Amino acid sequence: MSNAPVDKGRRRFLTVATSVVGGAGVVGAAVPFIVSWNPSAKARIAGAPVEVKIDKIEPGQLIRAEWRGSPVWVIRRTQDMLDSLPLIENRLRDPESNAPQQPDYARNEYRSIKPELFVAVGLCTHLGCSPQFIPRNFGVAEGVDSGFFCPCHGSRFDIAGRVFSGVPAPANLVVPPHYYIDDDTILVGAEEGAA
Amino acid sequence: MSRILDWIDQRIPLSNTLKLHVTQYPAPKNFNFWYLMGSLALVVLVNQIVTGIWLTMSYNPSAEGAFASVEYIMRDVEYGWLLRYMHSTGASFFFIVVYLHMFRGLMYGSYQKPRELLWIFGMLIFLVLMAEAFMGYMLPWGQMSYWGAQVIISLFGTIPFGIGEALTTWIRGDYVISGATLNRFFALHVIALPLVIVILVFLHLIALHEVGSNNPDGIDLKKPKGSVKEEDKSPYEFHERYTKKYDIVDSIPFHPYYTVKDLVGLAVFLIFFAWVIFYAPTMGGQFLEPPNFEAADPMRTPEHIAPVWYFTPFYAILAAVPNPIGGVILMFGSIVLLFLMPWIDRSSVRSIRYRSGLHKANLAMLVVSFIVLGFVGALPPTELFTRIGQIFTFLYFAFFVFLFFYSKNEKTKPLPERVTK
Repeated sequence: MSNAPVDKGRRRFLTVATSVVGGAGVVGAAVPFIVSWNPSAKARIAGAPVEVKIDKIEPGQLIRAEWRGSPVWVIRRTQDMLDSLPLIENRLRDPESNAPQQPDYARNEYRSIKPELFVAVGLCTHLGCSPQFIPRNFGVAEGVDSGFFCPCHGSRFDIAGRVFSGVPAPANLVVPPHYYIDDDTILVGAEEGAA
Repeated sequence: MSRILDWIDQRIPLSNTLKLHVTQYPAPKNFNFWYLMGSLALVVLVNQIVTGIWLTMSYNPSAEGAFASVEYIMRDVEYGWLLRYMHSTGASFFFIVVYLHMFRGLMYGSYQKPRELLWIFGMLIFLVLMAEAFMGYMLPWGQMSYWGAQVIISLFGTIPFGIGEALTTWIRGDYVISGATLNRFFALHVIALPLVIVILVFLHLIALHEVGSNNPDGIDLKKPKGSVKEEDKSPYEFHERYTKKYDIVDSIPFHPYYTVKDLVGLAVFLIFFAWVIFYAPTMGGQFLEPPNFEAADPMRTPEHIAPVWYFTPFYAILAAVPNPIGGVILMFGSIVLLFLMPWIDRSSVRSIRYRSGLHKANLAMLVVSFIVLGFVGALPPTELFTRIGQIFTFLYFAFFVFLFFYSKNEKTKPLPERVTK
């Protein structure tokens, strides 16, 4: 043991340096623990596109498919349903579909590629419940008999998935990327021309 | 016997710790019904840990096997139904006693100086307990487990600037709620959060014993040393750690006086607890909701989603705001304000017994708002109920705003020197 006087500056430097290096080590060691919560390779692969047969859908009927574990709806809308779309535009939050909730090819008055066939992800844009399809007696306005109602927090959407104003959901239902392989089949989850 | 004790005491401070925290710990002598809730919460915690460990032995935390393994516990495992109902009923009773415990604190000003940290540890326990209950409710993998989790996790998705979506994917470990989510929630529910709760309970108790219990009169029973006449002091022997600094009045040792009182409370509590376990384990769909007896179906949301009863007041606040991020902020804000109670209440008088009529009315308004919100949160989201939810959300927050302003110069009654009946 030497009797040299304590060099406080040197001692402080060593304390701080040790803390910083140790702290960096802790941050580095935390990375694998945090990153391991991300979707695994298996979960990422499960996000592949799915084919949906549409030839058997009756007018006014909704069928459900599964893509990325979420429900995807395909509805063959009747002429009455299509005629009802312009009637309530003043009560919708985003009637022109300005928010990027759909691919560009579905950004039109029907929010679909073919007017009668509507494809949407069946999850409420509020907190992700799956809204109910109300085929008749929707009861929001004269001439509008169908739409979607979310049972969790009461959000309403019209038959093109456009959200009403004054409900918790902030945006229209998402139209997923999709295209027609042929007249009887659509592919959900991919753009036409993409591999 | 005493030689064994001596041998131990020379190695760990066993006798001294028992005296300090149990047999020579001074507790106010005027504790009433409301002061049972703390020890009852401790008993329920032990019940949850023990039955939980036994349930893990037969439970299978996978999307394919979870629902079936819960039915296996209910039908095939010997006494599995009892273990499960003790656990599920215990969850609801945990919240019953914790809510009563918190109300006691609000009523008698137990959060006020010098008990701020004690209150904050308690609020942290409440917060972690909610996370623990939420994750536990997911494990049976029924319809309500699945869609309830979908809603709650989506709360984080409302954070703007693209953080929300990445965060929810990270929490779920998938693009939707899946087996990966179930597995990690299981790990958190059985290991991580119980550990955190036990540590927080320990800190809560250490903080309690450092400052001493409040009491229904809200007055200090540890008087400055030398200020109390010998015949006015409590006639019991207390640990010198307490008597060195203070003259202690109107107090009795925790053991045997309050251990015996708490046992009486426990006996009555267990009657209610056993009644629910054996005669009403679902409590009319409130403790275990009907849709949860159906396996999770990611393609179909049940007709009406409502959280379990102990979350409904906060859920009603969430649903009252027609804007997702606003609703989330208000919901968490309703809990943050409780954390801040020691600084929102600026009155120097603690107990409701000596506070103004205005304060009594204000606290009553908070309780009524909380209960009405609880009902609204459980009911379908019709226009009328949403409106009622909005009104009582406003009143809930108004409690804190009013309190902040009137408490500074509140007209209070004179405090007694010593505890009253």
